[in-house]
Amino acid sequence: MNYELIIFYLFASVLVAAAISVVTVRNPVYAALFLILAFFSSSAIWIMLEAEFLGVVLILVYVGAVMVLFLFVIMMLDINIDILREGFIRYLPVGLLVAVAVAAEMIFVLTSDTIKTVVAPARHAADYSNTEALGEILYTDYVYPFEIAAVVLVVAIIAAIVLTHRKRDPSTKSQNISHQVRVKSSDRLRIIKMDAETKTSNKVGE
Amino acid sequence: MAQSMIPLTHFLVIGAILFSVSVAGIFLNRKNMLIILMCIELMLLAVNINFIAFSHFNQDMGGQVFVFFILTVAAAEAAIGLAILVVLFRNRGTINVQELDEMKG
Repeated sequence: MNYELIIFYLFASVLVAAAISVVTVRNPVYAALFLILAFFSSSAIWIMLEAEFLGVVLILVYVGAVMVLFLFVIMMLDINIDILREGFIRYLPVGLLVAVAVAAEMIFVLTSDTIKTVVAPARHAADYSNTEALGEILYTDYVYPFEIAAVVLVVAIIAAIVLTHRKRDPSTKSQNISHQVRVKSSDRLRIIKMDAETKTSNKVGE
Repeated sequence: MAQSMIPLTHFLVIGAILFSVSVAGIFLNRKNMLIILMCIELMLLAVNINFIAFSHFNQDMGGQVFVFFILTVAAAEAAIGLAILVVLFRNRGTINVQELDEMKG
């Protein structure tokens, strides 16, 4: 057993243990923290597969943004864990059964001789840049999907804001943009008919 | 070291185990919508591990590009899912999935 394999087994076992903890732990805050651990260890596995850029992105985007969002929401909601946990024991046998069945079937297929014959490719040289290679293909062959991904993110931002936006208290003073745009000169300016002023009546100082 | 000593099967099995653990998680925590969302994230992670493993062993960058897009869509999904969750809690005072049966005929 060589050094690389030991590192792989270390990260893989941490990953599986963290995943099991996510689904079994009682407090959702701990579940989120275990999910962060799972992301960290799978990022290490990705880096072992020479996907360095995606490994870093997984930590930056998931641990840095998505999981923080999860933690915010968990702490914002006042949830009763006991009610949400009931049925855990009742569904444990069927859940385990389904999980073991799914895992056994997939492992049976994945450990077949066809897949075992796949030979690991030679490692890239030390000056090979995964980020550069990914960027090169992303901005040429996949440039339209890339733009669609950007649109998806914009839609997600707008959707999240629209969903959680709360109507303000009517007593709060704020600008009404549509009223401001619709305003006419007659609303603001009043023209009064009057006699022309003579020069004598203008002498204020006398 | 010129060649990786870890066979492709190892990575695929890790992905399979991770996926089935999250399937079990959805069964076990079927009342708690937060944990269900976390299980969906775990499932996507399992799929991404498969993509990256195949991308490495086939020496094809397409797999990594796909993982990039999955990460994008998953982030959007998490943001909208949590927004829906917050609105749900504000209106109903609970995130128990079994109580959300108003559309039931």
